[in-house]
Amino acid sequence: MAIYEPERVWWNPLSKDERIWVALALIWMLVSFIFMPIYHLVGAQNPPAETYSVSAEDYDKLVEGMIAKYKVGEENGFPVVHPSADEPVYIRASMWQWYPIVELEKGKTYKLHLSSMDIQHGFSLLPINMNLMVLPGYDYVATITPTTSGEFHVVCNEFCGVGHHMMVGKMYVKEPAK
Amino acid sequence: MASIFRTDPSTGLKIDRASENLIRWNLIAALATLAVGGLLALGVVLTRWPSVHLLPLDYYYRFLTLHGIDALLAWIIFFEIALVHFTSTVILGTRSYVPWLGWLAFALMLIGGGLINVIVLMGGADVMFTSYVPLKADPLYYIGVILFAVGALLGFIIFFINIVLSKRDGGYKRSLPLGSFGMLAASIIGVLTLAHGAAIFIPTLLWALDFIPWVDPAAYRLVFWGLGHPSQQINVSAMVAVWYMTVAFVLGGKPVNEKLSRTAFVLYILFINVASEHHLLVDPVLSTWHKIVNTSYMMHLAVLASMIHAFAIPASIEVALRKQGYTRGLFEWLKKAPWGNPAFSGMAISILLFGFLGGITGVIFGTEQFNIIRHNTIAITGHFHGTVVAGTTVAFMGFTYLLIPYVFRREIIWKGFASIQPYLYGTGVALLSIGMMSAGSFGVPRRHYDITFSGAPFSFTFDPSIDMFLSMMGVGGLLAVTGGVLYILLGFGSIIWGKKIEH
Repeated sequence: MAIYEPERVWWNPLSKDERIWVALALIWMLVSFIFMPIYHLVGAQNPPAETYSVSAEDYDKLVEGMIAKYKVGEENGFPVVHPSADEPVYIRASMWQWYPIVELEKGKTYKLHLSSMDIQHGFSLLPINMNLMVLPGYDYVATITPTTSGEFHVVCNEFCGVGHHMMVGKMYVKEPAK
Repeated sequence: MASIFRTDPSTGLKIDRASENLIRWNLIAALATLAVGGLLALGVVLTRWPSVHLLPLDYYYRFLTLHGIDALLAWIIFFEIALVHFTSTVILGTRSYVPWLGWLAFALMLIGGGLINVIVLMGGADVMFTSYVPLKADPLYYIGVILFAVGALLGFIIFFINIVLSKRDGGYKRSLPLGSFGMLAASIIGVLTLAHGAAIFIPTLLWALDFIPWVDPAAYRLVFWGLGHPSQQINVSAMVAVWYMTVAFVLGGKPVNEKLSRTAFVLYILFINVASEHHLLVDPVLSTWHKIVNTSYMMHLAVLASMIHAFAIPASIEVALRKQGYTRGLFEWLKKAPWGNPAFSGMAISILLFGFLGGITGVIFGTEQFNIIRHNTIAITGHFHGTVVAGTTVAFMGFTYLLIPYVFRREIIWKGFASIQPYLYGTGVALLSIGMMSAGSFGVPRRHYDITFSGAPFSFTFDPSIDMFLSMMGVGGLLAVTGGVLYILLGFGSIIWGKKIEH
């Protein structure tokens, strides 16, 4: 019993049922173990790993530089930018906004940079439900290729203070200009 | 020395006065913190249910922070320290060798826990359970966490002292009983885990006191989750030990193969600490292959251990019940199992829900590709309510119905209510967990005051089906709170008014 000391020799061979169960479980685990790295190599969607160290001031300059070059409009006081796919796209997280609104083109591949000016935030792109952490001091780079056009929202999903629930941004994906 | 022991009439367990008192007070503290944590849960779940949206903004985040502290940390660790004393003294039939250390540990946990509660309720630490830097709390908050953690660390160290001296005094000859062995695994993981806690909370305290300028947020997350997730493996090991002990106490069952069950506990110790990096799958800094090695290779070996227990425990239940004569057909034993005994049903519900709700979703959400569509959504909250609430908490609730007669020498009051309590609570948590996981698959964030985003510059409307899932969560939460209140009433009621067991 689990509340009494076992017999002197308890290192006994497994019974047939136990061997079958452990073998099946082990095979299942091995399949999962192998499949995750394989899927990383062949799959279409993986979490990014590209990271740079960046200060809030430097990142802010990069954001403002992109806005100055590619601004195409304004919405609710937020600049709307339409950057070229050859250049990095910067989104800045701070208490409590995602800045600016970027407009991407469907089918083109972008380097999407994310960094925070103050505390940790969570980049949650809805409704497609893609989630990445945004940390201060780090520039996290996701390589993305939009496959659907339309209007998307960015919600913050890491607690960042009393304004957390108001931290909503926007993103557009347009059909490519011919 | 003989005079300090008494013998429990129903089990023949030898209990000495010092460990009896330690187990009693740790249990009382566990019940009290669960009562507070559960009331906070009521406020939180009624706020997340959009059609109720109960609490004001600041109280929502405050209650949510404290709910994590009281219901996840305090209730479970106080209960585990009670289990440490129980399995390292009572089960072995020897005395508590360092009761003073037990009381010191208890006092530190009580003071630390109390301090956290006061600071959070005063509004000094609206930082959530994770307190991710550079979100800053009052230094007293970190001091509270450190005091609680040091107390818990001393509590787990008592286990090692007791088992070494117990062997000297003949409490066991060669091997620990399996229940104690499981708690040994829990205590080893506990020490490793709390070392991570010290490694991160001490620098964070210094930063909050302005002695050091900056704690790197990525490093904080890495080391914090070395505390945060492996500490859930303390809970898993303790829960599995409770499952084995419940089978022994209620049915007289024995583990079908000690080698298999013990090997599984060793797998937990070896592989779970590094597997905790699934929290960092969508974090910057760490390389992909680093993440894959930790979450894939390490995690699946720990899951293998759970798969072994998932076989071994039902098997020992079946063997025990067949021995009692329930041998007709394949499933007579299952039908005739003591489903009205809350200790047994608590264990069975815990096994079922831990495996199918908490365990499986954990493996899925912990894969690299899946994590990107679940990270920080309420699906994660659903997952860990499947593990630590539907699993650990339900198992501990069931075991309470055994501990109160053994340790307090009182009968459980309101037997009818007691026999439905695990079902009520289990159903509630299952609904809550499934509701959360379903809503999370539409991207509903966790730790979020208002998913209608009132006051935001832009508004997003979720898929309308989340209303149904969040209502399911709300109804489940109400059921679970009802079951939880019943458990607290039964627990304290039995301790105070239960019929005395004389021998």
